[in-house]
Amino acid sequence: MLFKYLMAKNEDIPPGTATIYFGFSSIFWFIIGTGLGSFNAAKLAFPDFVTGTELFAFGHMRQVHVLAVILGWISMAFAMTMMYMTPALGNTKLWSEKLGLWTAFLWNVGLSLGLFLLWLGFTSGREYSDLIWPIDLVIMFGVLVPLGINVWMTIAHRRTQGIYITNWFFGACIFMVWVVFLVGQSAELFNLTGLTEGYLTFWFAHNVLGLWITPVAAAIAYYTIPKLTGNPLYSHRIGHLHFWAIIAFYSTPASHHLLSAPLPEWLKSFASVEGVLILIPAIAFVANILLTMKGRWSMFVENVEIKFSVTGVLLAIPLNMQGGFQQTRAINWYVHGTGWIVAHAHLALLGMSSFLEIAAVYFGLQQMLRRKLYSLALANFHYWFVIIGFCIYWISMTIAGLIQGAGKIYEVPYIDVVVAEHPYMIARWIGGTMVFTGNLVWLYNMYMTAVEGTVVPKGRYAHELAYER
Amino acid sequence: MAFQSYKFGSAGVGLMLGFSMTITLFLPSWDFRSAESTWVGLDKSLSNGRVIGWSYEDPLVRGEGKPITVILDKDPKTGEEFDPAIRVYVYKPGTPFAAVINHPDNLGPTVKSLSISKGKIDQVNKAQGAVFTINYADVNGEEWAYVENATVTRGWTPDLILNSTDDSQHKYVGKGKTVYITEGCWWCHTLLPEQTQDWQVFGWPPYVGDMNGEMPTVFGSDRKAPDLLHVASRNSSREWMMLHFFNPRLVQPNSIMPRFDYLWGKVDANGNPIDFAKWRKEYDEYRRGLRPYPPEVPEYAPDTEIRALIDWILTSLK
Repeated sequence: MLFKYLMAKNEDIPPGTATIYFGFSSIFWFIIGTGLGSFNAAKLAFPDFVTGTELFAFGHMRQVHVLAVILGWISMAFAMTMMYMTPALGNTKLWSEKLGLWTAFLWNVGLSLGLFLLWLGFTSGREYSDLIWPIDLVIMFGVLVPLGINVWMTIAHRRTQGIYITNWFFGACIFMVWVVFLVGQSAELFNLTGLTEGYLTFWFAHNVLGLWITPVAAAIAYYTIPKLTGNPLYSHRIGHLHFWAIIAFYSTPASHHLLSAPLPEWLKSFASVEGVLILIPAIAFVANILLTMKGRWSMFVENVEIKFSVTGVLLAIPLNMQGGFQQTRAINWYVHGTGWIVAHAHLALLGMSSFLEIAAVYFGLQQMLRRKLYSLALANFHYWFVIIGFCIYWISMTIAGLIQGAGKIYEVPYIDVVVAEHPYMIARWIGGTMVFTGNLVWLYNMYMTAVEGTVVPKGRYAHELAYER
Repeated sequence: MAFQSYKFGSAGVGLMLGFSMTITLFLPSWDFRSAESTWVGLDKSLSNGRVIGWSYEDPLVRGEGKPITVILDKDPKTGEEFDPAIRVYVYKPGTPFAAVINHPDNLGPTVKSLSISKGKIDQVNKAQGAVFTINYADVNGEEWAYVENATVTRGWTPDLILNSTDDSQHKYVGKGKTVYITEGCWWCHTLLPEQTQDWQVFGWPPYVGDMNGEMPTVFGSDRKAPDLLHVASRNSSREWMMLHFFNPRLVQPNSIMPRFDYLWGKVDANGNPIDFAKWRKEYDEYRRGLRPYPPEVPEYAPDTEIRALIDWILTSLK
């Protein structure tokens, strides 16, 4: 399907092709990412599991897991949602279906190449910016630039008077991720060294989360929840409070990741204070969405997309409560660098963000394929495996982190901490494997939807139809 | 239709992002520029070379194009003995110079002026290579470390230094740190003791000037293992390191560190092939109680990655 349309005229490509291609690609990368996560977790629980080969060593696999999830699953799911939400909200067509397809194609090729090289050990040695700079340039100019052009041109060609909050987020976040990506990688491009490099690494790591992964996920919920429930968004104005608070406050706390590094103290204090202000956009977002659900809470049980979406929104509550406070000096000294942070990172990416994207991918694929979901039972299986697996992971790593923190302050020999963490490492592996299993089922379900799902009649939505299986 | 109707909003995004970038990027850059390099910073930068990780000079990330750190106990020109021995950083012809040599601003203002006026680092020539060392000068009653281009000041050429010393004095520090990066050691170990409590166990946290010219800094963020910034001060045994890397469970039964036996390559120090399958089989027998001792760990050959890695740890992480 893809190769046929890559060379076709834009007018000849059916609307939704880019969405479908991005959607299946993102699910594929989700499976790769969670599969690697499960494999890595097994190695932490049982260090002699697959041993003695360079390529399957933990240090060669860990970063591939992280980047497969961030750049493959989450960012591709974002692109997928932009391909169908932006035109839908502007009452228009995607500006260029062909550009969308090329973006998806270059994205898959570039990311496969980058992760393969990373796996072999071709790395810049900078966390979250591990990819070598030629690959960074491919991602910037082969992926982020065309994606941005497509989204902005679609918004510019909209046939509605206003710009809905989701499109505000999409347009602004793509611009910000360009800036963040280029500034973050500038250390490699211009050989900036020392403390500047260390700071830029975490400046990028923070901002890619704060200005890309979490706000775009929230923007998706601003679309899916009103769309599926049929309720209008509770307040567009509170939505804009969320938007402007993110831009103003959450673009600044990068150095709270480096509170124990010799950065200027004024910078760290400023970052910590700004970091607490994440509670403003967070509360605005959660309240807005939950109030939108008013009168339609039965859908939380009955509708699988709402189930995923609302779970993601509910997970945003502990996420931001942890996030706002754990980065203050008063708490950070205890949990910094421990499993607590690992748990928190998974709460953000696998919990809040992924759940919102899963719902949007479910919804978008059904809409664009014009097919009703193949099996609700399999979708529920997917939901419960991901949520239970995630909870096992999150709880076990939080406990492990608290043990590690206690070990740190009471000067326990490190090996005793390793021994104490062992049961939680096994639990983490079980949780991660459940998530991976659920995603395999998801891919099967979506594939069956594409080939055997009930055809959705023109003018109807997939979720309005009854399941046949 | 277009963005014109949203002039205020679009300008607002630009303004707010610009404001936060002023605070988080522009203002700190003044602090970073004023950071004066310490001895640790000079030592790291000079021993690591231009950049660690993938680069023009090291496209396969094998630690190519890195200087050699030599522990020098005697001046090869004058015969003067150094006690304690000093460190010199040998850049063979063609080896790219460290960031602090290419861009002396990385040294900080005072160290830069000392390194140029006294250290002559502006008189380097890549085609001929160079030998650097770290010297001290008195500025307003305080001792400052600065880089000295010993090729100019003392006539030490790369060949002279390498030929007047033996292999045990050569430390492949830059190559060793490359191994640390490519093997992903930093996914579990940090190089950043925390300022609050962990200095009691893991040593003092780094000073502001300890990172000048270093690329990458690999602080690490997710600690699943001890901090390594000062590990060689706690344990300086090459033998222990060797056993620990070959199979960490030999010296620490509860360790979850992976085995790094593959860093030994194909042959041992005597040129005999290493039979990894046999070693693992015998180790498994030992683990099940069928042998009283584990099998012997093979001595590594001098040009292996494991040698470079241990060189880096024992030389740099003090």
